[in-house]
Amino acid sequence: MNNNSFFRRLRKNQAFWPLIALALILLFDAIYAPTFFKIGILDGHLYGNLIDVINDGAPLMLVAIGMTMVIATGGVDLSVGAVIAISAAMGAVLINPALGNQLISNDILTKDATNTPLWLIVLADLAAGTLCGLWNGILVSRGRIQPMVATLILMVAGRGIAQLITNGQIMTIYYTPYFYFGNGFILGVPVSIYMVAIVFILAWVLVRKTAIGLFVESVGINAKSTYYSGISEQNVKLLAYTFCGFCSAIAGLILSSYVHSADANNIGLFYELDAILSVVMGGTLMAGGRFSLFASVIGALVIWTFTITMYTVGVPANALLAAKAVLVLIVILLYSDYTQRLMNRFFERRGAQHGATH
Amino acid sequence: MAQRIRLSLLNHGPLLITMLIFFVAYMLGGWMYPTMQKPQVFFNLFINNSSLLIVAIGMTMVVLTRGIDLSVASVLALTTVASAVLLKHGLPPAVVMPLMLLMGITFGFILGSIIHFFKVEPFIVTLMGSFFARGMAYIISLTSVTINNDFYRFLALTSIQIPFLPNAYVYLYALVGPLLLLVTIYIAFFTRFGRTVYAIGNNEHSAALMGLPVGRTKIIVYAFSGFCSALAGIVFSISLLSGYGQYAPSMEMDAIASVVMGGILLTGGVGNVIGTLFGVLINGTIVSILQFNGTLSSWWTRIGVGLLTLVFIGLQSLFYRGKKHA
Repeated sequence: MNNNSFFRRLRKNQAFWPLIALALILLFDAIYAPTFFKIGILDGHLYGNLIDVINDGAPLMLVAIGMTMVIATGGVDLSVGAVIAISAAMGAVLINPALGNQLISNDILTKDATNTPLWLIVLADLAAGTLCGLWNGILVSRGRIQPMVATLILMVAGRGIAQLITNGQIMTIYYTPYFYFGNGFILGVPVSIYMVAIVFILAWVLVRKTAIGLFVESVGINAKSTYYSGISEQNVKLLAYTFCGFCSAIAGLILSSYVHSADANNIGLFYELDAILSVVMGGTLMAGGRFSLFASVIGALVIWTFTITMYTVGVPANALLAAKAVLVLIVILLYSDYTQRLMNRFFERRGAQHGATH
Repeated sequence: MAQRIRLSLLNHGPLLITMLIFFVAYMLGGWMYPTMQKPQVFFNLFINNSSLLIVAIGMTMVVLTRGIDLSVASVLALTTVASAVLLKHGLPPAVVMPLMLLMGITFGFILGSIIHFFKVEPFIVTLMGSFFARGMAYIISLTSVTINNDFYRFLALTSIQIPFLPNAYVYLYALVGPLLLLVTIYIAFFTRFGRTVYAIGNNEHSAALMGLPVGRTKIIVYAFSGFCSALAGIVFSISLLSGYGQYAPSMEMDAIASVVMGGILLTGGVGNVIGTLFGVLINGTIVSILQFNGTLSSWWTRIGVGLLTLVFIGLQSLFYRGKKHA
């Protein structure tokens, strides 16, 4: 009996299913691509497929953390990819404003120099993203526009704004200190993962050590009754969207630093989809309510492990989209009410304890 | 009488505003760039947005049931590639076209079934569908495939003179959208199915309690959207005489923006398919004005469409609130 309830608690934990998925994919790797687990040391830092997963997946983990907060309030943020592009464009422009100017010849552009100090670039990046998030938040909370539509506006216009900033050019960055965020290592571990850790701890403290997490969940469950309980439902939403913008801005910083360029059209493409997928995989309902930041991060890891595994076993990059779709299909079917009910029936044959959970 | 006028104004207000904005935008364009006054420019709107119009009509029906279909652009791209490759292998168009339409219907049917039976959010399911269709398009062919079929070429190059207007013409394929629009207007307003669609959009639960076939209607609506996407894909491949997996990269967003600009509420149940036509025309007018200007860069299109969408959503919520108070 005791054993049984332990399994039940484990199964009820939000991180349970994503961890199972991760384990399955790693098992697959262990059988079909044993090289996947090889971790070597090159130039004093770790390298290998697993490190790639963590380093490449860092932006997605960040966006997933922000997206979790938004989805927990019962909303969704479709503009994260566009915010990533805006943040990246901002960084590239501040490093060299002349980059976008076609009249200036190329040789001065390719110098390892910057026009703005690094701290100011980072600050401006974050400020741009946070402002975008704030804009979404105002539209949703004050304008009372459906979240999907409100963020759709920035999704459509955002990449236009990013192109406006970069003057329609793909800006290559030559300033080496900027590369640190995406390619640097501290104690042999990628810098990006430290940034994920900092944001994660910050968010975790914010939602679990203060009442904000509870507010977010209660807004997601019932915004109206939250309002009548004397909590400003508007400000909670505003905070969630702003935080999501902030996370996307950091993701933009890491991504542009990783690929050494800011391509307004393609940077962070499909990130909104991947981020929503991570959150859904992490067991947070799209309708809002109970959420788990940790489970979402694991969800993001699952996606990237899956991606890199597919590359390792030789699936062409183009076919990956279709493979990912099948993954999504399995996940959404597993999480659907119908399957959950079936599973509940399977695990609790007596059926005495369930029923009131929804 | 005054009461009735007020009521009908409230009901058709968003549509009237959409029409007004289109005419104002078009006249503004004509005033700034006299070449835009030529009738051909107006008909070019239909030629250039032929596939967007078809996709947007399918999207309208889905939005009316309070759903959304994000897979339209990918299904369109998949259709162009698949039909181009099939034609290359020597299959006659008489086989390829019905096959593509069948594929679109099946695709939409499957998505609709998942949405209905597993009770998953439409936008996640169709997102998955979008991934899948785009991936399949890349698997079929990585590069652009040209179409050399005589019948396709005939369809692409046949132009029809507009009566009473000299030097104005439309291509044959540009007529598909308006025809589909007429059919859809009939379906939406004069059939039991259409009324069910509106009822579901207003309140799915009470529609089910009234004994309306909610599940069947929802699945048919998604299948219809899949059909429209495939049809738009055929039109697209005719207009460009090629197929490519990267065609129409963000057309689902254009379609949603057109639907919103057409005065259809994304909360479902309110709106008119004719509005979608004007939404598409507004979209096209913005693009033409930018093209006539020449100095403005292409990204202003995106910013412009985004801003207009915002304005329309603001107007919608104003109207909606006014209606609630009335």
